[in-house]
Amino acid sequence: MEGFSGRKRKEKIFKIACFGLTFLSVIILIVLLYHIGQAGSKYLSFKFLDSWPSRFPHKAGIKAGIWGTLWLISLTALISVPIGIFSALFLEEYKIPGKLGKFVEINVANLAGVPSIVYGLLGLTIFVRFLGLDRSLLSGALTLSLLILPVIIVSSREAIKSVPDAIRFGAYALGASRYQVVFWHVLPIALPGILTGVILALSRAIGETAPLIIVGALTYISYTPESIMDEFTVLPLQIYNWASRPQEEFHYLAAGGIIVLLGVMLSMNFIAVVIRQKASKKVKI
Amino acid sequence: MSNDSVMTCRNLNIFYGEKQAVFDVDLDILRNKVTAIIGPSGCGKSTLLRSLNRMNDFVPTFSMNGNINFEGNNVLEQDPMVVRTRIGMVFQKPNPFPKTIYNNIIWGPKIHGHKVDYDQLVEESLRSAALWDEVKDRLHDSALDLSGGQQQRLCIARTVAMKPEVILMDEPCSALDPRSTIRIEDLINDLRSDYSIVIVTHNMQQAARVSDYTAFFYEGELIEYGVTDGIFTNPKEKKTEDYITGRFG
Repeated sequence: MEGFSGRKRKEKIFKIACFGLTFLSVIILIVLLYHIGQAGSKYLSFKFLDSWPSRFPHKAGIKAGIWGTLWLISLTALISVPIGIFSALFLEEYKIPGKLGKFVEINVANLAGVPSIVYGLLGLTIFVRFLGLDRSLLSGALTLSLLILPVIIVSSREAIKSVPDAIRFGAYALGASRYQVVFWHVLPIALPGILTGVILALSRAIGETAPLIIVGALTYISYTPESIMDEFTVLPLQIYNWASRPQEEFHYLAAGGIIVLLGVMLSMNFIAVVIRQKASKKVKI
Repeated sequence: MSNDSVMTCRNLNIFYGEKQAVFDVDLDILRNKVTAIIGPSGCGKSTLLRSLNRMNDFVPTFSMNGNINFEGNNVLEQDPMVVRTRIGMVFQKPNPFPKTIYNNIIWGPKIHGHKVDYDQLVEESLRSAALWDEVKDRLHDSALDLSGGQQQRLCIARTVAMKPEVILMDEPCSALDPRSTIRIEDLINDLRSDYSIVIVTHNMQQAARVSDYTAFFYEGELIEYGVTDGIFTNPKEKKTEDYITGRFG
């Protein structure tokens, strides 16, 4: 038997360890942001946001990247969110029986762990070459959709699974069809959880560089896309390009780009959080 | 037994995979009566109840054969959705939808496209579930804000709103406190004039208080079935007597 004082001491050590580790990650984040902020502030201005890339650092801007990212992410969301949610609903509510169901389930979960560059190669083969979509926004969005679909499906399934069966049975006992149970009860209750998964997935997509390099997004673009068949560039790609140049001035541009990327990402997350909170309020009443 | 029965089970066998849960049951559910099904845990009473409105269909390994005649049709061969609109069910734990009280009531009729005055339907249903006076001023508040007993009465109101012929109750008071239990029992008494009720309960006093007829199940078999007073005061079978006197179960 251990005495009270011994247990209390352990409790204290445990608490301090947890606190320290939590703080460590926050400190790293702060240091990182401070470093980038200092380097990036030199070029961060309205002109930076509104200029095309250039080989003269003081003339270069990130307009093409901002517009490309916005187009690409909107298109990716339009493609992947409906497909992901419906797949999750099908897998959870209609359940494929037997071995085939198990097979699909395991594969979807595994796809979430495939390196993104593999999806890039797949996109290049299928969308760019085979379907002849070229180096367009559509090719990029389809490739990113492949990349984040497993994440959306897995997290949506978890949200759907957490809807209590008692609610389903209550609805079935009133003579409801599966479709009615799903659309009136399961989906509204699961929606906040589904949206959380969607936010995470889109946040991942917005930072992806590798698969987009492979499907041929460009870094030098001096126009904003006007249709989904246009060529494009995205923020991370532009940042990567600047960061890999030898001149130090371009590294400051890269830091400025990172600030813009963070800004876009945070504001998208903020919008999603607001939507999620509205949705979960609606369910309670 | 009187031939005014609303449901009749004949040679009903129910299985979960290889395991048989209910053996060759013949049971008549009488119109406008309360029928209690009692027996120790695992005797197949809930299984039987859920078969009456095909709620066991959701258990993957479940299968049954035999005949459940409901107003001239075999329940086993009908569309389960149709069966469930005519045979309502109240569950063990209150399970209101996370919506307003009002929307809980009208959801069933709404999805079936019943063209009725919803305001009137809500009042009627809540009145017949003895809940109207408590909630009439907050019909558009969340049903989840109600107490457990009120939620269970809301679930009964929701069932009543479908105007079913039979109401099945699966241990409806087991999650409630004694005061709420009494209210539900009073309610069952009132509902008897309009509905045929089947109630599964592990509480023998409750069966004696609310039911007209009692069926005693043991290990998947119907041991004894008859007028409640008879079963409790003068059981014919030794097993029934042992159970109701508390010698096992």
